[in-house]
Order: sequence, then structure tokens, then C-alpha cells
Amino acid sequence: MERPADFARPYSPRLFFQTVIARAYPRIIGTQREKSWLFFDVFLPMLAVSAYVFVYRAIGAPETYIGFVVMGGAMTAFWMNILWSMSSQLYWEKEQGNLALYIIAPNSLMAILLGMAFGGLVATTLRAFAIVLFGSLLFKVQFAVTSFLALFGTFTLTMVALYGMGMMFSSLFLLLNREAWHLANLAQEPIYLLSGFYFPLRSLGFWVAASSSLIPLALGMDAMRQLVFLEGPSFGFLNVGIELAILGALSVIFLIGARYLLAYMERLAIREGRLTDSRR
Amino acid sequence: MQAETSMAHQNGATRNLRAMGRSFLTAAWLGWQIESNWTDPFLFAIYSVVKPVSGAAILVVMYGIISGGDFDSPLFAYIFLGNAFYIYVGSVMTGVSWAVLDDREHYKTLKYIFIAPIHAPSYLMGRGVARFLTGTISVIVTIAAGMLFLNLQLDLRAVDWPLFFAALGMGVIMLANLGLLLAGVTLTIANHVWFVGDTVAGALYLFSGAIFPLDVLPVWLRPLGFAMPLTYWLELLRRSLVGDVAQAFPTLAGLSNAQLFAILIGLSLLFGILAFAIYRWCEHAARERGLIDMVTNY
Repeated sequence: MERPADFARPYSPRLFFQTVIARAYPRIIGTQREKSWLFFDVFLPMLAVSAYVFVYRAIGAPETYIGFVVMGGAMTAFWMNILWSMSSQLYWEKEQGNLALYIIAPNSLMAILLGMAFGGLVATTLRAFAIVLFGSLLFKVQFAVTSFLALFGTFTLTMVALYGMGMMFSSLFLLLNREAWHLANLAQEPIYLLSGFYFPLRSLGFWVAASSSLIPLALGMDAMRQLVFLEGPSFGFLNVGIELAILGALSVIFLIGARYLLAYMERLAIREGRLTDSRR
Repeated sequence: MQAETSMAHQNGATRNLRAMGRSFLTAAWLGWQIESNWTDPFLFAIYSVVKPVSGAAILVVMYGIISGGDFDSPLFAYIFLGNAFYIYVGSVMTGVSWAVLDDREHYKTLKYIFIAPIHAPSYLMGRGVARFLTGTISVIVTIAAGMLFLNLQLDLRAVDWPLFFAALGMGVIMLANLGLLLAGVTLTIANHVWFVGDTVAGALYLFSGAIFPLDVLPVWLRPLGFAMPLTYWLELLRRSLVGDVAQAFPTLAGLSNAQLFAILIGLSLLFGILAFAIYRWCEHAARERGLIDMVTNY
């Protein structure tokens, strides 16, 4: 049986963690340097949140839905980060000429992806927090958190599954080449729809909602809404415990998938020598 | 002597017109190639339709769960049509300005285009044509889905077609001009360009009453909506398609179709003049400061 190419690299835990930190650094520190990016990352989702809030107000929706929209708007920051800074990242790196350097360097590609995920998660959490804060103040959203520990655990598990999926997609998008950009562009509104970003997931009906559960944000958001809003449990799709169990399983599947797809991509790069070519 | 000078001017004007037409047509063809040549026609058709239909479906689900599926209400037609025609804002306006970004960042050809004997504004407008075409398909599919599956009350025999096409044509020209304005701004900035189109489109979505009547906005924000040509454009399109339903909302009910059209023309002219002046200024500034080929990672 052929061993994945990554195992052939000299493994050193120290180098692995150094790589994670090195790749996370520009995501955490670098992105804060450009203050306008921070502003736009918060401002743009706020525009969408405001528009949907006014739609709900125009049709006379209960105030709980306003809270759902604010939370959904905050979570769009994570999905955008997954699409443009995780899934498409290796493709961008190829376009800029960095991918070949990643592949010939002695460090683990998995560590690079983990660094990207960790850095992206920290930077995006700051933005999502700002969206929740501004949205709550602007539209007077009432929260009723029953357990901060459960909320933190749900958020963490959702993010592990989500960024695991992002890591897996990064190799897939790279293999798609020029279509990666279009695919990332396409995977916005349909995912907002299927994951219930702006309405309760169960409104989609059982089978559609169940299919959507493959997207970690769908179940993660549903569980978090049940934990932070007074009327949240009455809008829930499944019991929070079941949703957490599914998210746990998705985390494992996506991380293993990321590991194997990355190894496949690397083997392809070495064997064919064309993967790092920038084709426009 | 006077006759010779007049003839020289006439020849110059003819040459300029030819350059504008040539630049526009070539750019339109180029834009279509760029937009469509990355995949097969079937996948391209799906790609062009899924995104806008999903956007409309979000609103449909939101409306459906609150109203209990009352899709006969005039408010549903208001929201659905406003959202459907707003697709043009993203495709035409952002399509024109995105050409700067595409040519500068992705293909790295912008510097060659600016030293070529072309008419740059016509070139940029031409690049928006492909997005206009795909946007038109999306609008038609979205409205057809509304009629077929959601009881959107649109009687094609009762549509005021002359008003519809006049308003649509005026609106597309207005959006292309706004796109040119954004293209000018994009030329002068290298680090924030990804956000320009999305920010303007997002802000217009909020303030133009595209998906909710302007009365829902806080009082202090409404003047912004009334200053936008898009507000009157969308209202005219709704009135031409569903007449009484659109007039049922108090915001612009006091204005006749002719008054709305006059306001749309006036504001479009104003924004058009502003757009060309700002574009010219930005292009000059970009050339002077050496920004034409300055990419994000400079």
C-alpha cells in the first residue's frame, strides 16, 4: 500500500508547531495591521444583517427572528473565511508562486493548513464578535444564555468541524484549478439558504434540514440559537446533544479527509509536476 | 480655412466615435469569453442561475414562515420583484468596476490596455455587457420561478411593456454609469478594492427600498433612499409589472409614473455626469501616481 507523501517528510513535533504558529501569524497579526479590512469585514455583513432585519420588521416578525438574523450575520464571517481564506487559499498561493515553496519545504503541509485555520479562526472570531455586538446594540437583541460552558463547547466543536471542512476543501479547490474561484463565489447564497443563516433551520423541512446538516454551520448555529435565545429551543431542529454528537463525527471525518486529500494533492504535484503551474 | 477646420473636427469626432464603438464591442466580446470559457455551457448556465435564485429563496423562506405562506399579499410581490431586479445592480454596476480589478490583479493586462489606442470608459462599459446578459437570464429565471411556484401575481397581459422597457433601459444605463464611477475609484486604490463593489451594492440594497418599503427605515436614513435613482427605478419596474400592487405602499404612492420617470432621468443624468467627472479625475490621478499596474500585494 502506498504511504501518503506527507509521511515521507521528516516529522518533528517542534517543526510542526513552529509551522502552525508561522502560518497563523500573518492571519492574526497581519490582518489587524490593515485597519480598513477590519472595518469592511464587519461593515459588509452588517449591511446584509440590517437589510434582513428590516425585511422581518416589514412583515411583522417576532423579535426572536431579529436575534437569529444577527447571529446568522456574524456566522457569515466564518463561512466567508472558510471559502476565501481556507478553501481557496492553496489556489491563491499557487497563483502567487508560494505553493511550490510550501511543497518543497521540509515542513508538514497539514501544519500549514492548521496554521491557516487557527489564524483565520482567531481573526474571524474578533469580527464575528463585533458583528454580534453592533447588531445587538443597533437592533436591541435580547439574549438569554442558559449555559456559557455549553455555548463555548458548541461554538468550539462547530469551528473544529467547519475549519476541518475548510482544510479538506483547500486541496479539492486546488485540484479544480480555475473553477475554484467560481465555486467559492457560488457557495455563498446557496449555503446561506441551506444552513438557515437568517431563519430557523427546521423551516426547511426535515429532509432538507437533515441534508444541510453536512454543513457544520447549519447544526452549529441551530444548537447555539437554542442556547442563547429564550424561545430558541422551540425553533430547534434537533436536540442540542444530538447536534453536538453529529458535529463531533463531522469533525473527525473532515480532519481525516483533509489529511488524505492533502497527501493525494502532494503526490500529484510530485508525480505530474504541473500542479503548481499557474494557469489563467 | 474655416471649412477645413470644421472638417478636421468632424473627422476627429468620427474617429472618436469609432474608437468608442470598437472599444465597447471588443470589450463586450472579451468579457463574454472571460465569464463563460472556464467551463461547459451547461455548468455555466447552472452557475448563472443558482446563486440569484438562492438569494431570492432566502427571502421567500423568511417571508413564508412569518406570513404562514400568504404569497398573495402585495408585500410579497414588492419584496420578490425588488430582489429580482436588484440582480442587475450586482451584475451591471459591479461588472463594470470589476473589470479594473480583473485586468489589474488577475490577468495583469491593465497597463497594456491603458497604453493601447482605445477609449477606456467604453472598454470598461463593454466589459459589463457579459454580466448584464447573465444577469438578465438570472432575473428572468427568478421571476419565472416566482410565477410558477410561488403564486407571484404577475399577469403578463396586463404588464405596461413600454414603461417596463423604458425604465429597464434607463436603469441599466444608470447602473453602468455608477459602475464607471466605482471603476475610477478602484483605479486609485490598491489595497481595499475587493470591498468597493460589495460595499456600494450592499448599501444600495439597504437604502433603495429594494426588499422593504422605505417607511421601515429609521426616519433619519430615509433621505438617503430618496436621493438614490435606484429607488425610483425599482418602483417604476414594480409598477410596470404589477401596477396596483406596487402603488399600495405609501412611500412613493403620491407620485405618478411620469413624475417617477422624470425623477429617474434627472437623478440618472446627475449621477452620470458625476460618474464621468469622477472617473476622469481618478484615471488622471492613477496615471500621475503610477497606480495603473499597482496590485494588492505591491
